[in-house]
Amino acid sequence: MNVQSMTVRGKDRYKSGVMEYKKMGYWEPDYAPKDTDIIALFRVTPQDGVDPIEASAAVAGESSTATWTVVWTDRLTAAEKYRAKCFRVDPVPNSPGQYFAYIAYDLDLFEPGSIANLTASIIGNVFGFKPLKALRLEDMRLPIAYVKTFQGPATGIVVERERLDKFGRPLLGATVKPKLGLSGRNYGRVVYEALKGGLDFCKDDENINSQPFMHWRDRFLYCMEAVNRAQAATGEVKGTYLNVTAATMEDMYERADFARELGSVIIMIDLVIGYTAIQSMAKWARRNDMILHLHRAGHSTYTRQRLHGVSFRVIAKWMRLAGVDHIHAGTVVGKLEGDPATTRGYYDICRQDFNPMKLEHGVFFDQPWASLNQMMPVASGGIHAGQMHQLLDHLGEDVVLQFGGGTIGHPKGIQAGATANRVALEAMILARNEGRDYVHEGPEILAKAAQTCTPLRDALEVWKDITFNYESTDSPDFVPTATPAM
Amino acid sequence: MRVTQGCFSFLPDLTDEQIAAQVQYCLGNGWAVNIEFTDDPHPRNTYWEMWGLPMFDLRDAAGVLMELNECRKVYGDRYIRMSAFDSSHGWESVRLSFIVNRPKDEPGFRLERHEAGGRNIRYTTKSYAADRPEGGRYGGK
Repeated sequence: MNVQSMTVRGKDRYKSGVMEYKKMGYWEPDYAPKDTDIIALFRVTPQDGVDPIEASAAVAGESSTATWTVVWTDRLTAAEKYRAKCFRVDPVPNSPGQYFAYIAYDLDLFEPGSIANLTASIIGNVFGFKPLKALRLEDMRLPIAYVKTFQGPATGIVVERERLDKFGRPLLGATVKPKLGLSGRNYGRVVYEALKGGLDFCKDDENINSQPFMHWRDRFLYCMEAVNRAQAATGEVKGTYLNVTAATMEDMYERADFARELGSVIIMIDLVIGYTAIQSMAKWARRNDMILHLHRAGHSTYTRQRLHGVSFRVIAKWMRLAGVDHIHAGTVVGKLEGDPATTRGYYDICRQDFNPMKLEHGVFFDQPWASLNQMMPVASGGIHAGQMHQLLDHLGEDVVLQFGGGTIGHPKGIQAGATANRVALEAMILARNEGRDYVHEGPEILAKAAQTCTPLRDALEVWKDITFNYESTDSPDFVPTATPAM
Repeated sequence: MRVTQGCFSFLPDLTDEQIAAQVQYCLGNGWAVNIEFTDDPHPRNTYWEMWGLPMFDLRDAAGVLMELNECRKVYGDRYIRMSAFDSSHGWESVRLSFIVNRPKDEPGFRLERHEAGGRNIRYTTKSYAADRPEGGRYGGK
């Protein structure tokens, strides 16, 4: 695949007219990426008959300096530096017609500390380019020099745990249901019951903002009554993610300020507010000692299909730079998309200080995070107490497990549902720390804990047969034995 | 009520054997275990009193259990917890914390509300026991 450079040099390079991208300097197989280069890995699916090298060079061109024809004004610039360089094209294993294109970008192409600027280049015009059938951004290598221009997570996992005084176990949460229609008073009831029963957090859903059935101030006031009552009832710090997503930045700041005034430890935003708004809220959160939860509303429109869009692992990297503290990253066993190996890759991106390349998890590059805070991954959607051993095994300890239906749908009520989850979790952590084979003995450990906890017994009975076994649409291209050269 | 701070408060009180297993897990990970006690269990009372220093360089949980029993002899009417500190870069904080002793009777907390403008309420959480001077709470010495 990796044929010779075809770059035309000297005067001929700038003759007016149209020239193939691979001849214009966007295909440089001998180029050795610099430590300070940003590297993007695209899955390129060229139209029938289009040379994969030319298609990949076009991606490099269209995401950096090129336009469709030669322009003499290039000669007024250090054009060779600013050209993105595709330096490697590999066929995707077992996927005819698809190619992995590695493209290096000079750091000077990007404004420091701006996700909006980065994405305007990397996922700008190029995704609509006609000679491609489809294009997917699979992964990015972000150099330390670039990472250090970002604030990173406002709080981070360690400080979040210190503020909440909760160590050694996953945190527990629940999204208030039904997500639409509850009055502020009724909504706060759900929050109180769930927190008093044993959860650490409750959560607004992504589309709970300020609607006719419940305006935002009412929700905030009733929720904070619930949080404070539950704190007094248990002696524990409690929180509820107050969603401040709104139409304008001014509205969001107003809501966030009110949440702070009321003493909330956490607020939330939706991914759909946009990269710039997310960065603004992350700075606000750092200034105001607030944990910032991000609900990834909308991501599946571009992350789910393997051929076209942006992989969630790239979104997770951008969000760690942008500075959110919590991010929904999949459950593996729940109701939403999530292959175990791919999900492991997302979790590593959230939590490690250095991600080693791991193709079997879909992680294509070594990624240093240079002491940027860690993001707490959140697992939410169709999970319940009976899966506790699997959740702990797949997702580890630094994660928020959110049991919405799995708390509120408990036959004996919300408090009982919360207690069932908390007891199941503590029993599993205790067993794991004792060195037991908790993954295999999980059901036994839960049954034993249920002997002294009726709510857990009820939960295990109601949801015993609930699983979501569907084929994943986004699993890694490489099996664990593959050892590709890099 | 039952104060549910710490990792295992929703389970029946741990036996000494169970406590030793958790301590051994911490030591196995290279974490230093600290014994801390208080009679002010307010959710934001971060600094419980230290029973000596965190036990660095220890290999066997038995040493920690011995200290715990010494601490119980003096402060058996108070809350006692184990905190394990991890000094690795990127963490440098507590990794596990759980209550190993609690007063016989836990009166809990009262929530005080101070009404302010715009339907705002300022909340204050007060421990019933902490109304009395330190040492005289929970019917102690």
